[in-house]
Amino acid sequence: MTGAHLVQAPSPSENYETFFNGLWKQNPVFVQVLGMCPTLAVTNSVRNALAMGAATLFVLVCSNMLISLVRKRVPKQVRIATYILIIATFVTIVDYLIKALSIAVYKALGPFIALIVVNCMILGRAEAFASRNPPGKAILDGLGMGLGFSFALLCLGAVREVLGAGTFLGVPLFGPRFQPWVLFLLPPGGFLTLALWLLVFRAWQSRKERKQEQWRAAA
Amino acid sequence: MNNQSLGHIFIDALLINNFVLSVFLGICPFIGVSAKLATAWRMGVAVIFVTLVSSLLAYGTNALLVVLNAEYLRIISFIVIIASTVQLVEMFIKKTSPALFRALGIYLPLITTNCAVLGVALFQTSRQYDFAQSVVFAAGASFGFTIALVLMAVIREKLELSDIPDTVRGTALVLLLAGILSLAFMGFSGMGVES
Repeated sequence: MTGAHLVQAPSPSENYETFFNGLWKQNPVFVQVLGMCPTLAVTNSVRNALAMGAATLFVLVCSNMLISLVRKRVPKQVRIATYILIIATFVTIVDYLIKALSIAVYKALGPFIALIVVNCMILGRAEAFASRNPPGKAILDGLGMGLGFSFALLCLGAVREVLGAGTFLGVPLFGPRFQPWVLFLLPPGGFLTLALWLLVFRAWQSRKERKQEQWRAAA
Repeated sequence: MNNQSLGHIFIDALLINNFVLSVFLGICPFIGVSAKLATAWRMGVAVIFVTLVSSLLAYGTNALLVVLNAEYLRIISFIVIIASTVQLVEMFIKKTSPALFRALGIYLPLITTNCAVLGVALFQTSRQYDFAQSVVFAAGASFGFTIALVLMAVIREKLELSDIPDTVRGTALVLLLAGILSLAFMGFSGMGVES
C-alpha cells in the first residue's frame, strides 16, 4: 500500500527533509512549543519519558497514515471531528496495550495516556501535514515528529532524573553521599527544566544566525 | 465509592493540586492566552462553563457505558461530549453576546483541545466520584485553572515594561515564571488532610 505511494513520491532528498524536519528543525517541543502537558507531567524519570514518547510516536504515525488515506473522502466541515475520532481510537488501543504490557508503566503514566488525545501536536500534524500529503510522506512526517517529541522528552527526563534523584534509568550515578535535588522531581522542576532547555535552544539558534550574518557581511 | 468531603475535594482541586501548576493540565492555553488580563479572564470564564457542562454530561455517559459494558468507548465518547459542548457554547455566545464572541475569537474552539477539560472528565471517573463530588471537583478544577491564568496574565502585563534580554523573552520567560508560581503553590500542599 505504501509502496505504490512511495513510487509517486518525489525525490528521496525531499523524504529525507520531511523526516528530519520534525526531528530537529521543527522540533515539536523545543521549536514549536506544542504538546506541553505530557512533556512536563511525565518527565520525572527517563523510563516514563521513553514510555510516553513511544506511545505518542505510535499514535502519531498511525493517525497520520489513516488521516492521509481518508483525506479526500472527508468533507471539510467535519474534518476536525473526524481527526479527533481517529486519534481517540488509536489512543484507546495504546491505553489497553500499555495496560497489557506493563502495569507499572500504566500506573506511572496514569491519565496522561488517555490525554494523548488532546496533545495539540498530533492534531496539528493531522491538519497541517497528513490532510495534504500522500500516506508515505505522512508516515515519514509522523516518524520524524514523534521521534523529535521523544527526543525532547528524553532531554527533560534525563536532566530531571539525574538532578532530582541522582540516577539514570534507575541506576545510581553518584556515590552514597549525593544529596538529591528533589525540587526537580516536583512540578516546579518541570517548568524550570523546560525553560532551561528552551533558553539553550534559543541561545544556540541566535548564535548561529549572528554567525551567518557576519559571514554574509564579510562576503 | 470515594468518601472525601465536598469541601476537601474543592480545595484540593483549586489550590493543593492546582490543575495548571501541579498536575500540568491546560498548559497550552496557559502559555498562549495569558498575555493580556482581559482575554485571560474571558478565557477562564469560558473554560469554567465548558468544564462544568461537560463534567455533568461525562458523568451521565459514563454511567450509561458501565450499564452497557462498553467502557472501552470512554475516551472517544468523552472527547465527543467536549467537542459538542464547545460547539454549543460557541453558538450560545454568538447568539447572546456577539461582542464577547469576537473577543474570544479563536480561543473558543481551542477549548476542545484543552486537556484540563478532558482531565476533569477522566479524573472524576477514575476516582469514582459520585454526582455531587463530580460537580464540585469540576468547579474547583476550572476555578483553579482561571486563578492560575489570571495570575500569570497580571505578572506578564507588569513585565511588558521591564528590560529583559531578547533570548529570555517569550515562552522561556513564561515557563520560568510558571516555575516560580508553582513553587509558591507547593506551599498549599501542607493543607492536604488525608491522603
